Amino acid sequence: MNYLGANVRKATIYVTLKPQVLDPQGKVIMNVLHTLGYDNVSEVRASKMFEVTLDVKNDADIKQEIEEICDKVLANPNIETYYYKIHDE
Amino acid sequence: MKYNIIIFPGSNCDYDAYFVTKNLMGAEVEYVWHKDTSLKDPDCVIIPGGFSYGDYLRAGAIAKFSPIMKEVIDFANKGGLVIGICNGFQVLTETKLLPGTLLQNKSLLFICKHQYVKIVNNTTPFTHIIEKDRVLDIPIAHNEGNFFIDEDGLKSLQDNQQIVFQYCDKEGHINDNTNPNGSMLNIAGIMNKKGNVLGMMPHPERTSDPICGVTDGQQIFLSIKRFIEK
Repeated sequence: MNYLGANVRKATIYVTLKPQVLDPQGKVIMNVLHTLGYDNVSEVRASKMFEVTLDVKNDADIKQEIEEICDKVLANPNIETYYYKIHDE
Repeated sequence: MKYNIIIFPGSNCDYDAYFVTKNLMGAEVEYVWHKDTSLKDPDCVIIPGGFSYGDYLRAGAIAKFSPIMKEVIDFANKGGLVIGICNGFQVLTETKLLPGTLLQNKSLLFICKHQYVKIVNNTTPFTHIIEKDRVLDIPIAHNEGNFFIDEDGLKSLQDNQQIVFQYCDKEGHINDNTNPNGSMLNIAGIMNKKGNVLGMMPHPERTSDPICGVTDGQQIFLSIKRFIEK
């Protein structure tokens, strides 16, 4: 980590439909898996994944900033939740 | 009366709305570009159908950050009439002017067809000249029209008579067989609590000109006209 200059970090953000929201895409994918013989698959949920690279002062800031980005833009709180991983350099 | 029609990159029903309001309804109409920072003195704002910003991220999600939307929200909060059609409805839910979300159609297919809708609330500025329970033929053309809201939200919509249109058949039956996209309670259009903001998936501007064969959509624009000019 470079304490004197920019602190560029990468995060992977997953935005998923809430459990109570029907995911027809996931259902269709599951049906295909069943026709291929994967009868052990009981659920498929499709979701979105974002890779974000950003420059932050410290690790407390990065969490706050990612959550702000998710709340304002990446996720629709009516139907979606999110979680994220911040990667080491 | 004067309409303002908001244009985003990817709007594609803007001219249909312009033609109907100007040529058929005789209103003054001005286009407003999404980067503008003020409206042009409207009585009613139309957010037209289309694919604003290519539907990137979620339908309507990027459009809500366009500079003009601050003005539209301000106009709505002061009681101004706002109607969002199709993608315009999606924009209104993303901006939180209307509750709920339009999810992808249950069939995963883009649906483009004539559709019957029932007027379940005729006490709104947008429907007050239409008899209650009248069935209108207003076409739909969307990929994300599957209205979703949580249980409390749905109850609130019902308690406050905010459901304006429901999908039905020609006889007015509202059930799963007459639901084209999986919308909760066959919801095709809702308004806000105050009753000045309407979102609807069907396209009234596509069945207004007699050349379309059906003119049921005119009822919406005539309602708005009489409401403003009364």
